[in-house]
Amino acid sequence: VFGKLTWQAIPFDQPIPLAASAIVVFAIAGVLIWVALKGYIPYLWSEWITSVDHKRIGIMYCLLALVMLLRGFIDALMMRSQQALAFNAPGYLPPEHYDQIFSAHGTIMIFFVAMPFVVGLMNFVVPLQLGVRDVAFPTLNSVSFWMTAAGALLVNVSLVVGEFARTGWLPFPPLSELTYSPGVGVDYYLWSLQISGIGTLMAGINMVTTILKMRAPGMIYTRMPVFCWTSLATNLLIVAAFPILTATLAMLLLDRYVGFHFFTNEAGGNPMLFMNLIWAWGHPEVYILVLPAFGVFSEVIATFSGKPLFGYRSMVAATMAICLLSFLVWLHHFFTMGPGGDVNGFFGIMSMIIAVPTGVKIFNWLFTMYGGRVRYSSPMLWAVGFMVTFVIGGMTGVLLAVPPADFVLHNSLFLVAHFHNVIIGGVLFGAFAGYTYWFPKAFGFSLDERLGKAAFWFWLVGFYFAFVPLYVLGLLGMTRRMQHYTQPEWHPWVLLAGLGALLILCGIGLQVAQLAVSIRSRATRREPTGDPWDGRTLEWATSSPPPAYNFAVLPDVEDHEPYWGVKLKARESRHLTEEPVYETIEVPRNSPTGFITAFFAVVTGFSLIWHIWWLVALGLVGAYATFVVLAWRDIVEIAIPSEEVARIDRANRTARAEALRGESIA
Amino acid sequence: MSAALLPVDADTRHVGGHEGTGGPHSKAPGHGAGGPAPKRIVVGYGFWVFLISDIIMFSAFFAAYAVLAPATAGGPSARQIFDPNNVAVETACLLSSSFACGMASIAVGQRSQKWTQLALLVTGLLGFVFLLLELREFKGLVGRGDGPTRSAFLSAFFTLVGCHGLHVTAGLLWLGTMMAQLYAKGFRQDILHRYLCFSLFWHALDIIWVAIFSLVYLVGLNL
Repeated sequence: VFGKLTWQAIPFDQPIPLAASAIVVFAIAGVLIWVALKGYIPYLWSEWITSVDHKRIGIMYCLLALVMLLRGFIDALMMRSQQALAFNAPGYLPPEHYDQIFSAHGTIMIFFVAMPFVVGLMNFVVPLQLGVRDVAFPTLNSVSFWMTAAGALLVNVSLVVGEFARTGWLPFPPLSELTYSPGVGVDYYLWSLQISGIGTLMAGINMVTTILKMRAPGMIYTRMPVFCWTSLATNLLIVAAFPILTATLAMLLLDRYVGFHFFTNEAGGNPMLFMNLIWAWGHPEVYILVLPAFGVFSEVIATFSGKPLFGYRSMVAATMAICLLSFLVWLHHFFTMGPGGDVNGFFGIMSMIIAVPTGVKIFNWLFTMYGGRVRYSSPMLWAVGFMVTFVIGGMTGVLLAVPPADFVLHNSLFLVAHFHNVIIGGVLFGAFAGYTYWFPKAFGFSLDERLGKAAFWFWLVGFYFAFVPLYVLGLLGMTRRMQHYTQPEWHPWVLLAGLGALLILCGIGLQVAQLAVSIRSRATRREPTGDPWDGRTLEWATSSPPPAYNFAVLPDVEDHEPYWGVKLKARESRHLTEEPVYETIEVPRNSPTGFITAFFAVVTGFSLIWHIWWLVALGLVGAYATFVVLAWRDIVEIAIPSEEVARIDRANRTARAEALRGESIA
Repeated sequence: MSAALLPVDADTRHVGGHEGTGGPHSKAPGHGAGGPAPKRIVVGYGFWVFLISDIIMFSAFFAAYAVLAPATAGGPSARQIFDPNNVAVETACLLSSSFACGMASIAVGQRSQKWTQLALLVTGLLGFVFLLLELREFKGLVGRGDGPTRSAFLSAFFTLVGCHGLHVTAGLLWLGTMMAQLYAKGFRQDILHRYLCFSLFWHALDIIWVAIFSLVYLVGLNL
């Protein structure tokens, strides 16, 4: 009745996974009980879980990313401590467990930290910057988020029930085939990614449609903020690349479940086909992650330099060039697997060319700062830290793009150091910059600057301590994913990298403290004007947190820094614009569809992993029924009366008028 | 009806609509100057983007098929297993199903419940016959021991064609739901948007099938 699922699936005989699962289970149960006892469930249900408001969904995406960051970082600490102990010794993690940890670390950090973080920021910011009320398909947006959360849940279930994949963050066949990975680990990986991948694809379609078809009057393409441009590029890449991932993982699933021969060693299967397909998705994926971060930095650097972004048009051109070129470099991930000199040469050169538009961006940011009145608030610190760090990561990337060098360095810790250098220094720093920058917009109060700056310095210094040793180790010949080693010259560098991880731990601790302190003292941190950083784009033109409908009246856009122009006029005339005529606004009605669909997705995924076929059928029927119920709704929008719109907007206008008076006195 | 009979400012391509929030200067909704596009445009556009992503997914299966087609591993090759007559009938069914779907669109335009339901029923029946023929082909192959586990070529063939078949199945489910909705709710604006998406989906399945017909069956029969 329960397929392959038995009591043996729970790791009673292994103390470390058992303790870890117990902590997770108790923590989740504790939070749920606390929420229930406090009586928050109706509030959470009606205001968050069923919300189709793009801002709420964006915040939930970022929260998911932050929680999963903790999980992924614990994996990182376990790997660093294992390697610190495993010099001429077995360490404390047996190989089969260590393999699961590095696989889970990579999978979680890419799919359930970096992806939800950037998707969350785009979700929150893009409609506000475009000056519209919501994304194109609000209910679908909620479905996307909950599908991503469902995938994350399945990965974490593998900690308690069964095992996770031991095949790395990308399950290369034939190792990932049933012959060599007979357990449920690879199946957990595959189904989690299929479910969250559907969510990501839907989010991409939604965002492309939003950006191309829903913009405030007057916002022609060349007036869109750069963050919207990079979001457009990213979501185009999602639409073009994620279907390849879905297809590729489906082929591996068919191999594993019904004995097909796509990637097997026998009957004509072709493992290299997997390599090509997975990297045809995988390389665009890294740009999917980093382009929104580039957008965040463009906003942050312009705002904190008090200047318009330098070279707006070249920035847009560079973004779209990266968007295109990202599909022409996938082969550099397997130079050593025999494509031959000509092919390697082509892809090596393409990989180097993609550094050119990135360099254009770096110079644009530098020239934006040049001659500006730069304020080093914490978002700006992340941006400057990024510029230094990312340039180093970019240069080691160009080095790896040289095929002969790659033959020496591939699969070594040099590679590991390179991609952490660009993903932490680029994507994560960007996500943190965006998190600090837009937090006051999302909640109406700002984060503690002192703790935020301290967190930044621990992260930055910790990053260098953790990853420069890995560059050295790579050059000393240490390969990635080693459970133990006997080379004495590696040991001190491994210890140093461990120290770096501890410094990053301090940074994360400070971030948690920053959030806790800021929430507790939020009464003193209120930000009534909605424009705490002296911003330039439209999200700062509305109150914080913005009302469900974002703008009382859709803004009329006249240049590429729409809010800055309005603000300048107000400052010159010492008057706000005339109070608009308020009208009733219709907003989409909340819907539990996303949550219920995700519930059935988890049921279906879990039962597929454990071969509980009747439950699979039940889950699919449930998902279909959910959609029919949604489709049968008659009331899809609710009206917010004009008095309510007027009340919220007048309060914000009063605060802004006061701030304006304060400025003119000063 | 010819376009010349309409007033010059008639919205013959239906890009204007009356639901836009673009206000008085709403000349090009969704293109910047006019503000957000009307719902109908947004829904249709979003669905096109989805169809593009779906076609990209198929392209991955096509690529896998192209790579694995020679990998017959001692089993049958394309030429030995394809039956041109069966494929011809399948194609005829699917294309006429699409034609019937086009008829349904005209009936929807005329707001005729009777003709809409009838045309959609024909659409569905033809799609169902297509599916039965495909399943018969699959069953025959498996029965002869030439199932998808026989060789990489057959794995890729069954997956590519089966994925299309799965789409047709999903389309039939959608079609049934759509007919029920049109019947129960009438020609309401949001139902019409959904119908637009359904017809796009159904025609897109034809486009994919044309590619399968040409690249898998025609090329395979002439190898």
